Amino acid sequence: MTDHGVRPLLVFAWGNPSRGDDALGPALLELLACRQEKGDFSNVELLTDFQLQVEHALDLQGRQRVLFIDASVSAQAPCALSALQPERDTSYTTHAMSPAAVLAVYEQINAEAPPPAFMLSIRGYEFELGQSLTPQACVNLQDAFPIACEFLQGECNPTFSRSTR
Amino acid sequence: MSDQLETATHPEGLQRVVIEPLTRVEGHGKVTLLLDDDNHIQQARLHIVEFRGFEKFIQGRPYWEVPVLVQRLCGICPVSHHLAAAKATDALVGVKQLTPTAEKIRRLMHFGQTLQSHALHFFHLCSPDLLFGFDDAVRHRNIVGVIEDHPEIAKQGVLLRKYGQEVIRVTAGKRIHGTGAIPGGVNKSLSREECDYLLRDIEQVVAWGVEAVELIKRIYFEQLEYHQAFATIDSSMLSLVRPDGAFEIYDGGLRARDLRGETIFDHVDCNAYEQYLREGVKSWSYMKFPFIKSIGAENGWYRVGPLARVNNCDFFDTPLAEQERVEFRAAGAGGAPLQATLAYHWARLIELLHCAEAIRELLHDPDVLGDDLLVRGELQSRGIGVIEAPRGTLFHHYEINADGIVEKCNLIVSTTNNNQAMNESIRQVASHYLDGRHLTEPLLNQIEVAIRAYDPCLSCATHALGKMPLEISLLDSSGELVERLVKCSSGDIRAAD
Repeated sequence: MTDHGVRPLLVFAWGNPSRGDDALGPALLELLACRQEKGDFSNVELLTDFQLQVEHALDLQGRQRVLFIDASVSAQAPCALSALQPERDTSYTTHAMSPAAVLAVYEQINAEAPPPAFMLSIRGYEFELGQSLTPQACVNLQDAFPIACEFLQGECNPTFSRSTR
Repeated sequence: MSDQLETATHPEGLQRVVIEPLTRVEGHGKVTLLLDDDNHIQQARLHIVEFRGFEKFIQGRPYWEVPVLVQRLCGICPVSHHLAAAKATDALVGVKQLTPTAEKIRRLMHFGQTLQSHALHFFHLCSPDLLFGFDDAVRHRNIVGVIEDHPEIAKQGVLLRKYGQEVIRVTAGKRIHGTGAIPGGVNKSLSREECDYLLRDIEQVVAWGVEAVELIKRIYFEQLEYHQAFATIDSSMLSLVRPDGAFEIYDGGLRARDLRGETIFDHVDCNAYEQYLREGVKSWSYMKFPFIKSIGAENGWYRVGPLARVNNCDFFDTPLAEQERVEFRAAGAGGAPLQATLAYHWARLIELLHCAEAIRELLHDPDVLGDDLLVRGELQSRGIGVIEAPRGTLFHHYEINADGIVEKCNLIVSTTNNNQAMNESIRQVASHYLDGRHLTEPLLNQIEVAIRAYDPCLSCATHALGKMPLEISLLDSSGELVERLVKCSSGDIRAAD
């Protein structure tokens, strides 16, 4: 079950498209997919799921860099980009894991350090079933898009950790 | 005993302890315990705070969208909702029998879903309970020893989960938001290459299933008394069974047996579920309380899920799982159903093994490569689909107008079916383990251990970072906050501001 010909950059966004601002991650992925269709980011694989889970550690294998994207209720608006380190937090034991815990699973099952990984957290506000993105979340999404593009073009300092705006 | 704890005689003079939200279960829930001045439990309740809006979300949509739409109800069991809705929409388009290829592809998808769900629960959700859930030092040491004998366990869990996800991807066409099942059939079968791809690892998956059952049996029998007693309640059990009584998770009729194993009803057509089951409401909970109509609301509650299914069926049609079922049933007293709540873990892994065996059989069945995918019929106004989701029996019921728009929707999800049972288990734990003792995080965790045995899905695919703290509040008899502890996502516990 190992993929061959793995693209060096992985963008992994997660969230439920029908739960309000939880859709921010998949929505940003769609914007990136549009750029990819126009010929950009040919070295990038775009993946999405409802939630992060243990098997996603296998998606990290063979990557040079990974960008996780999710909605956040605590990030400073519009978004925050930060470097991740493996961490076996308690999310390991929930139905939904943190990206740091996924990195820890990678370490555990591969006995090696995971690829450099970063978290782009986009500020969200409402998460009810059947809602669409809130207006402020839409603004945050537009602000997050160029940051994700810069990251994929290698123009971001890979060690920085900051909130934008 | 436990019934007396649902509502306290004089709640106004009691302390209230709140555990909110529960960790290691899907979505949000909270447990409230009312204590008297001597810390004796006077009332125990499980509250589900996220269970609403499903039906409204679906009403007004065209029926053909439903199998895709319902996957967004839950980030944990989207395939279960997908298949239950697909079965209901089969009925809406007047199809009673799918083609062999369509039915086998759906079954394959469902076995993949159940395999990956059970693998996640055992290897990654309940293992902390098995490792750290007991406060007896000797038992703790034994448990750690068992796990240490299996250093590959974490990797096996990941790879089993991944295998199940790959079965879903291949049968549904996509990792998520798949459209594999459509009204009247499926939109794809397997190619030879896809079949070979899944066959490549299936023997290993079966072998891991065997090992997993052996491991849980060792754990169960090494602390037999604890496992038999912890959170254990006597209940009726409900599940689907095949017409010949075999274990069944995709189709079949409804079987209910009482706490002694006597039949309440059997092989009931799922279209008639409303004649046999009712949904009660209680003022203190958003979630309904289903019960068996002939017994009544008071005593008609039941359990669903692996424990019910393995107890209820007459046999598995795969040899390794059947061998394990016989041993499992022998653990019940005098041939009665095994009622131990922690036996859910054992039953779950027998099911995992069965799923692996069943996937292997299907991958060798030429029908999964067929191209006869769809049956057409005449539009009907009412469609009901029932399957056994990993967590238990799942009902989807739709009624549409002449334009095909959903006008009525009723869902009874697995966790709702277990609502009363989870409350009963909490009360049992509260009575036996917390009564009269100082409240500590490990003791409160005992309650969560009981709930997690049911693997509840509390209906929330929302998971944005920072939304999963555990909060424990202690209020005195006048309602004043005495203390509040917050368990952060890092696992640290701190006093709240």
